[in-house]
Amino acid sequence: MSSGFEIRWHGRGGQGAKTAALLLADVAFQTGRYVQGFPEYGPERMGAPITAYNRISDKKIRVHSNIYTPDLVVVVDETLLHSVDVTAGLKEEGAIIINTPKSREEILPLLNGYKGGVYTVDARKISVEALGKNFPNSPMLAAAVAVGRIMERDAFIAEMRASYQHKFAKKPEVIEGNMKALEMTFDVLEEALKEDMKRSA
Amino acid sequence: MAIKDRMSGNEAVSYAIRQINPDVMPAFPITPSTEIPQMVSTYIANGEMDTEFIPVESEHSSMSAAIGAQAAGARSLTATSSAGLALMWEELLLAASNRMPLAMALVNRTLSGPININCDHSDGMGARDTGWIQIYAENNQEAYDNFIQAYPIAEHENVHLPIMICQDGFITSHAVENIKLLEDHVVKEFVGEYRPEEYLLNPGKPIAVGPYSVTNYAMEAKKNQEIALENSKAVILEVAKRFERISGRSYGLFEEYKTEDADYIMLLIGSAAGTAKQAVHNMRKEGKKVGVIKLRVFRPFPAKELAEALRNCKAVAIMDRCESYNGNGGPLGSEVTAGLFRHKVSIEAVNYIYGLAGRDFTVEDVYDIFEELSDAVENGKEVEQYQYVGLRK
Repeated sequence: MSSGFEIRWHGRGGQGAKTAALLLADVAFQTGRYVQGFPEYGPERMGAPITAYNRISDKKIRVHSNIYTPDLVVVVDETLLHSVDVTAGLKEEGAIIINTPKSREEILPLLNGYKGGVYTVDARKISVEALGKNFPNSPMLAAAVAVGRIMERDAFIAEMRASYQHKFAKKPEVIEGNMKALEMTFDVLEEALKEDMKRSA
Repeated sequence: MAIKDRMSGNEAVSYAIRQINPDVMPAFPITPSTEIPQMVSTYIANGEMDTEFIPVESEHSSMSAAIGAQAAGARSLTATSSAGLALMWEELLLAASNRMPLAMALVNRTLSGPININCDHSDGMGARDTGWIQIYAENNQEAYDNFIQAYPIAEHENVHLPIMICQDGFITSHAVENIKLLEDHVVKEFVGEYRPEEYLLNPGKPIAVGPYSVTNYAMEAKKNQEIALENSKAVILEVAKRFERISGRSYGLFEEYKTEDADYIMLLIGSAAGTAKQAVHNMRKEGKKVGVIKLRVFRPFPAKELAEALRNCKAVAIMDRCESYNGNGGPLGSEVTAGLFRHKVSIEAVNYIYGLAGRDFTVEDVYDIFEELSDAVENGKEVEQYQYVGLRK
């Protein structure tokens, strides 16, 4: 079954995983592709585990079910690794990105022997440094675009600037911080991604 | 020129409402339709439309106010879901029997209990005999397109009935997808101005709305209402033709996908139809003769048209996203099998209940159901005629 590139987001209510999925749909749409971005709600409260999804395809997307065999999983909250089977159904040739200060090696034992790409991003550190606050969704969005190779860095950065200018029209002071968070994430991941390219080449 | 955009189902309906710019919108928020009055209020606050928005204290009042405004001569609408629709019950019947062509954006959500916010069709199906026209959407595009067609259908002189434009809660209401929008002036021209012939605030031509009717006349009033609903079928098709001319997108009472030579057909309503179409697309590659019928118009119910569309297949899976608690099947199952019997179509017809309270329905579920149908026909396997899909074992 082909429904394009499929992404599953794991987060907690209030962290912005849903917003990140919707923003990703937004930027992928700008590349002329078909997109879906949708949340799956459990109990409606802050802190409860939530899941959000993206499909990105060159063809019209008809399927309206959740995603069970994703190409990419993004974990916005590291504490979920103990309660949610985040690698369930994740394709072997796919990848997982985890928001954590820990290294890839420290995280691996928590991933049920997952064999695909494993990337860690310290989104809290990036966000605090760039924005002065812990809003992990901007770094995790950048990480999803970089690891999923959804679009070129420059095009993504340009689209996100336009998107933030619209979204934060009433608080323009946060735009630069968010842009900085995106750039920092790309820089952090650059090395890891280069290593992977070499390995798969 | 079509405008390519991406938005959620709720955004799409709100966008259509802005373009139509009706006169009055009373509303009370309820998940997952809350965004619609919220977005419309924002459009109003920003001066992008001048609909009179009435914040009310309950859905009973929002429907009452919508009826009042419509009776006074204003084009009105509201939006709701689930328990909100249930609270409107008495007023839904009044809107239809008083022949008020008002519109409702219904974002389908299950009815309690257990209390749950997710999608099924129990709210809309619960209101199926209230006299409203009901049109269901597969995705954001259809929710948008159907809403633009709502008033031209409802206000037609042969119809004069209220209309519900339904979409699946969260699955389409909160999913951002690609969409093609029409330009404002194209929509405004298509929908036109509302010019009622008779209305309350019409000095010199007084009418009464909702008076007591003695038994000698009440039955005729009900029959006239029924005739209007029957009339709406032709009007729905006529409006769809006109809509195709401005949009390039064609609509009927239902959509047939790869059914011409299909032995096995799945009949369903709403967003799950897209999932079923993808499954059929995949199965066709393996040479399996399967197809999908997506029912768009549930009221008026196209019993004869559906019976004809199913006449040449061997078996149909009738999918209900709603339990009727009648011990015999769901609403779609009951009505389709009655239609098949009346039109002398004798095929295997299995009624499946799926997706209650947001339970996911997948491409694999579709494969399994077609497998079961073919097993029944090819191998004579006895199949439970009314059963659940995706239930915890």
